[in-house]
Amino acid sequence: MDLHALIPLTYLIAAVTFVLGLKGLSGPKTAVNGNRIAAAGMLLAVAATFFDIEFQTYGVTGLIVTAAGLLVGGSAGFYGARVVKMTAMPQMIALFNGAGGGAAALVSILELSRGLTGAGVMPGETISSMLGLMIGAVSFSGSAVAFGKLQGLITPKAFKYSGQQIVTSVLFGGMILLSLLLTASVAGWVAVPQLAVMAAVAGLALLFGVALVMPIGGADMPVVISLLNAFTGLAVAAAGFVLGNQLLIVAGTLVGASGTILTRLMSKAMNRSIANVLFGAFGAAPAAGAETGGAMRADDGRTVRATTAEDAATLLAYARNVIIVPGYGLAVAQAQHNVRELADLLESRGVNVVYAIHPVAGRMPGHMNVLLAEANVPYEKLMDMEAVNPEFPRGARRAARSTGCRSSTSTRPSRSSSSSGA
Amino acid sequence: MSSEAIVGLYVFVLAIFVGFEVISKVPSTLHTPLMSGANAIHGIIVIGAMLVSAAIGGPLGLALGFFAVVLGAANVVGGFVVTDRMLAMFKQKPGQKPGSRT
Repeated sequence: MDLHALIPLTYLIAAVTFVLGLKGLSGPKTAVNGNRIAAAGMLLAVAATFFDIEFQTYGVTGLIVTAAGLLVGGSAGFYGARVVKMTAMPQMIALFNGAGGGAAALVSILELSRGLTGAGVMPGETISSMLGLMIGAVSFSGSAVAFGKLQGLITPKAFKYSGQQIVTSVLFGGMILLSLLLTASVAGWVAVPQLAVMAAVAGLALLFGVALVMPIGGADMPVVISLLNAFTGLAVAAAGFVLGNQLLIVAGTLVGASGTILTRLMSKAMNRSIANVLFGAFGAAPAAGAETGGAMRADDGRTVRATTAEDAATLLAYARNVIIVPGYGLAVAQAQHNVRELADLLESRGVNVVYAIHPVAGRMPGHMNVLLAEANVPYEKLMDMEAVNPEFPRGARRAARSTGCRSSTSTRPSRSSSSSGA
Repeated sequence: MSSEAIVGLYVFVLAIFVGFEVISKVPSTLHTPLMSGANAIHGIIVIGAMLVSAAIGGPLGLALGFFAVVLGAANVVGGFVVTDRMLAMFKQKPGQKPGSRT
């Protein structure tokens, strides 16, 4: 048997490792191994690709381009992932997600250009390419904006202007129309400068991604990142159709499905529809820090009352059960250690402390668990929304947005109707 | 429709079901690592990037191919390393069973 025939089998093994990896993530015990199994599958697939017949026709040029690209991209990714702080994790995920989207868009562009400039291309392949290009480019620029907002490079507030929905619709419509035009041209119905049309679609898709994410406020970024994650998955699947590569289709579709489920779960947990998050007027975090009153004034004119873990503990020590409901503000202010301090003080006085974790508290779904785990809060103290709701009549509630931090400027302590901060 | 496209569609549709089945069981406490892990998995686009890396000659084509590989590789490596770090946070409590809830 020819060695090349083994490559698709290697890809199959990789696809299986991806499924196992995702399955492993369903429990904290198996998650670490699951992730590593998937990584091993990825390594195997990349190694096998070096022996691909098509890849080998590129000769030394392809080898140099690939090796250099793997080295540069791999070390950049490794460095970024190692040095980033735990609290900056969401924007790193946005960044890597955007990189994947950009790569999918470029793959579609390159394969389509090869077809258009000589090798010939079918209308069906053109449609797949245009889908990969559009979805990938939207994911790329959208993730870049999401990164900018989370990193504080762009204002995290919702960016609104008059006629915004018209602009967004025009960008979207133009992108779709030009793609159809290009497909019609490939089918031989009309004659247009094909490469120029393709470039125009790429440009429109990039602008559309920016227009889509700019109006969304920082507190809603979890949903957006999840959605863009699903987008990138679909772009990868589309690229798989273009290249006739089943592994890309499987992996991309798995991610597309997971991102879709997550996005739906999150929107549901916020009592909002996905459309409402994307196009609704609630993009900006509502004023939530003002009701406490106090001496200080925040940048945007709302009041801030500063306190320390000791003071707060003294006040709360009269309670027997304390439920801490940490929210977006804690994640932004990185106050997880202060909260842990508060809980330690309370526990030393015999108070029973648990944490009520809303599914989308923090800046990403489940982000709050990661933050609190970083501050060494025991996993058993973290309770899901459903599990903790019956506890509330017994507990003194407290939104963990103060504890001496600047976090109360734009907080949404929690989003469920039953667990708003006291 | 070519048979290759049909096979692709079969794979696509079945993968949707597998994805929904596998993922709908993940507890919400692990949603961020799941998103991060899924993020790493779509980095498989790096092999697509390799397969078109030198598909078009000339400086522009090669530059685009190079960038595609760079972006894909950053996605793969960064995604897996971030996920691993994140999961390590859940592990570092000795003597406790992370799976159980009080």
